[in-house]
Amino acid sequence: MMDITPAHYMILSAALFTIGVIGVLVRRNIIIIFMSIELMLNAVNINLVANARHLENLVGQAFVVFVIAVAAAEAAVGLGILLAFFRNKETVNIDEMNLMRW
Amino acid sequence: MFLDLIWLIPVLPGIGAAVNGLLGVRYFGKSVAAAVACGTMGVALLLSIGAFVQLLGAEHREHVVTLAQWIPPIPLETVSGLGAFEVPWAFRLDPLSGMMILIVTGIGFLIHLYSVAYMDHELDGAYARFFCYLNLFCFFMLTLVLGSTFLVMFVGWEGVGLSSYLLIGFWYQKNSAADAGKKAFIVNRIGDWGFILGIFLIFFTFGTLDFRAVAEAAAEMPVEAGAFGVLSAICLLLFVGAVGKSAQIPLFVWLPDAMEGPTPVSALIHAATMVTAGVYMVGRNAVLFSHAPMVMTIIATVGAVTALMAATIGLVQTDVKKVLAYSTVSQLGYMFLATGVGAFGAAAFHLMTHAFFKALLFLGSGSVIHAMNDEQDMQKMGGMKLYMPVTFITMFVGSLAIAGVPPFAGFFSKDEILYRTFLSNKLLWGLAVVTAGMTAFYMFRLIFMTFFGDYRGPSWGHPDGEARGDADQAADVGDPHAAPDHGHAWQGPHESPSLMTVPLMLLAVGAGVAGFVGIPAALGGANAIEHFLEPSFISAGGAHLEEAEHAVAHLSQAAELGLMALSVLVAVGGIALAYYLYVRRPERSAQLATNWAGAHRVLTNKYYVDELYDATAVRGIVAGARGLWTVDRSVVDGAVNGTGWVTRASSWVSHVVDKYVVDGMFNLLAWICAEGSYVFRRVQTGLIQNYALATLFGVVAFVTMYLIARYIG
Repeated sequence: MMDITPAHYMILSAALFTIGVIGVLVRRNIIIIFMSIELMLNAVNINLVANARHLENLVGQAFVVFVIAVAAAEAAVGLGILLAFFRNKETVNIDEMNLMRW
Repeated sequence: MFLDLIWLIPVLPGIGAAVNGLLGVRYFGKSVAAAVACGTMGVALLLSIGAFVQLLGAEHREHVVTLAQWIPPIPLETVSGLGAFEVPWAFRLDPLSGMMILIVTGIGFLIHLYSVAYMDHELDGAYARFFCYLNLFCFFMLTLVLGSTFLVMFVGWEGVGLSSYLLIGFWYQKNSAADAGKKAFIVNRIGDWGFILGIFLIFFTFGTLDFRAVAEAAAEMPVEAGAFGVLSAICLLLFVGAVGKSAQIPLFVWLPDAMEGPTPVSALIHAATMVTAGVYMVGRNAVLFSHAPMVMTIIATVGAVTALMAATIGLVQTDVKKVLAYSTVSQLGYMFLATGVGAFGAAAFHLMTHAFFKALLFLGSGSVIHAMNDEQDMQKMGGMKLYMPVTFITMFVGSLAIAGVPPFAGFFSKDEILYRTFLSNKLLWGLAVVTAGMTAFYMFRLIFMTFFGDYRGPSWGHPDGEARGDADQAADVGDPHAAPDHGHAWQGPHESPSLMTVPLMLLAVGAGVAGFVGIPAALGGANAIEHFLEPSFISAGGAHLEEAEHAVAHLSQAAELGLMALSVLVAVGGIALAYYLYVRRPERSAQLATNWAGAHRVLTNKYYVDELYDATAVRGIVAGARGLWTVDRSVVDGAVNGTGWVTRASSWVSHVVDKYVVDGMFNLLAWICAEGSYVFRRVQTGLIQNYALATLFGVVAFVTMYLIARYIG
């Protein structure tokens, strides 16, 4: 059984982040996109935690707590917007959301 | 008490005019309009009499009432430095103006009464309008005579001109009446021009416009004998004004035409009062004029020549009012002759007597005209004494008075003028005597043609054309109260209603006895009126005029009586000649007219003066006006139009530049932006994922560049 090195964490983090990015870019359901964004945030969190452990610096760990708090707030605001939008348009399809066009 | 109320004398008729003018024309019936006009005049007459009586009793026979300040003091440059130009609304009652207000209100009141009947066939509105104008005239005339400064007098002076214009053109539907009104107004303008220039010069010379102050100042100055100084210039300018208003040569042409107005107007304005304003004004400034002997000579000459010329024209006129009009011009000439020889008192005396008998004659002629259904041609009258005895007798008295037959009024005043002229200038005296003979002749020609001989007028009948018999006619004559009913068929000549005959009778009494206030010393009288008026003609010092009076050579009483007898003889001769030519041998007058066809034609055409003025002044002015109009049209309008064209052309160029160059640049820019935006706005899809993708590409690109820079570069 090989040792788990920071590289592993980074690969995992990079993989999760990539999945999140792809999810954001290709999915049409805005809830899925939200989930993908959470995925990207948590990929960053893994990276921070892993490196905090590796560098023996607690700032990284504390930072993660902030990220989680911000993510929670972001989810709350985002879902609020989403609900308002749904009430108007009766859809969660992001292709219908083109109000900001030219 | 009355002396302090003299301001009411002009104001009352003014109120009457305002009431009749503002309300009467719309709302008043005839009786109310007449009551307003006659009532105000009647009260003004009573006030005048009261004021006059008090003036007679006063120690100092001059009273000034200042109502208000009209023009507050304005510093103005004068000869003697800075003077204060100030004009109060002040009225001055002295012997001269006292006599004038009695004439204006007295005769004015009688003529108002007469008009009540005479104008009866006018419509209600026109009736009130007539009385409004008549009252307005009295207002201005009284302002004129009572005014204590030149400018107040000038207000009245212009006002009577206006009223005269309004009344001459009263029947404005008639073209000739409208034209006559304009003629009177325009000819008077020429005189007024001289008058106001004279006023300017007076202020510039004396620094005041008050009559008394001017007289005092002028009395201090030397008499301009043999030199034409500033006083002479002032007097000449004032005399130009008097010439216009009093119808002297060369401005007399308006007065005969003024007969287009209603006859009471002719009597009041164009015989008794307004036309004598010139004489009054010269008399009012007697001190001034006495200092300008050259101008006095001019005045005397103009007066005498006017008197003679108008009298000759009067010899051949056939329109009854025209005869009287020329007679008025002639008598005004007499008055100016008197002022010209320094006999201001005699002039004022003649003014007064003339007011009586000429108003009487005009009103009498109006009565005849009325009776003849508005016929004015004496050739179509004749025998009228049968139909209208009162008119006949009163007019006969008036004619005796104007002819100068003693003891009627005209004899005394005319004789005084002749006597004073004889002392001063024998040639002018000769002219005046000839004029006196002519006056007697043409006045009795009028009487004989109108009242004597056979009736030559049109026949009359019922509306159905049936001729009426003499019995019906006699019934008409017997009823002087029968209302003149011109709405229906004319029912032959008839005596006028008593409202018209009573003023005639009163005036006839005046024409009979008015002369007794001026019985000359030669006949044992005291010449009361001249002594009464004298304070008005001298300055407060008054020395020089007295001296001048003493310097005048007096004739012996016998010579004076001889002159008097001569003038009576001339008058009686004129009357006799008229009797011979128009009653005894009427065919002789026609024969004379054919024998002397040339002279007759010249006289009938009034010496062609109207034609001369038409050919020179009127045509000249019209041609000048046309010339100026052409200049106006081509040069002035051309310049304006040219400027307009240039402006339009330059604005068109500016417009083109603006539209294609300036606008073009902005449109091009806008077009570029618009076209460019079609390309670039494609980026803005509004789809978040596209933006995220772009962000990703950016990140990838930066990372790639970083890596390349890090590991390869």
